[in-house]
Amino acid sequence: MGHITITQILFGVLSFVAIISGVLMIFTKNPIYSVLYLIITFFAIAGHYILLNAQFLAVVHVIVYAGAIMVLFLFVIMMLNLNKDTEPHKPAWIQIAAVTAGGIMMVTLVGALKGADQMKLAQPNDANIGLVNNLGKVLFNDFLVPFELSSVLFLAAMVGAVMLSKKNIH
Amino acid sequence: MSAIQIIPLTWYVTLSAILFGLGVLGVLFRRNAIIILMCIELMLNAVNLLLVAFSAHHSDPNAQVFVFFIMAVAAAEVAVGLAILMVIYRNSKSTDIDILNKLKG
Repeated sequence: MGHITITQILFGVLSFVAIISGVLMIFTKNPIYSVLYLIITFFAIAGHYILLNAQFLAVVHVIVYAGAIMVLFLFVIMMLNLNKDTEPHKPAWIQIAAVTAGGIMMVTLVGALKGADQMKLAQPNDANIGLVNNLGKVLFNDFLVPFELSSVLFLAAMVGAVMLSKKNIH
Repeated sequence: MSAIQIIPLTWYVTLSAILFGLGVLGVLFRRNAIIILMCIELMLNAVNLLLVAFSAHHSDPNAQVFVFFIMAVAAAEVAVGLAILMVIYRNSKSTDIDILNKLKG
């Protein structure tokens, strides 16, 4: 593979955006900017899903993460009125230790997985597996009970969230 | 031409490892509990991306259904986690996790 194709360029750009905005999310002082950078990361990951022919997951990812979860985060941050001034700081030596430990773990993970180059294709791939048609069949044939159970989980989570945020529970 | 033929699986493994490491770094680095929850989301997404990459390379739709369930659990987790954070903030007027050391023996 001598020349660089458009897909590789797209992969590079999306990965660069994801990693850079992830780093900015961690090191920005203002929590609202952190949320916005995390949304950029999520959009880059949705782009990766589209590159991988997982269109359904890309759409669900944008709806659930960028649409619901991050709005929830933003809403809580704005409701608590958090900003740069209220942001707690760790002592410098703990920050240095955290960066060292996290960096070492990242390097170890990347280095350990670098040698795993023997992962070849098991079979000729099928571009249709990520489409709604195919995934819906799998979801409602093989995973019907877990799917229904996840609705019970949502109900429990909803009741729990309402109960927790209620004032004056006796 | 899709990415499955062109981009080696190793690249996706590396990208996921970097994103997961960033999530761990954020959990260690920050003291604001909301940012720590966001870093946990980033780690979940790194794993999701890896699952989708393996799913696409092996033509196995089951992994994508798994990612779907992980998203559902993450949504429930965030709802309950933020509710707990609201209660903590109401009681201690702070989202600093270092205040929450009352369970220390």
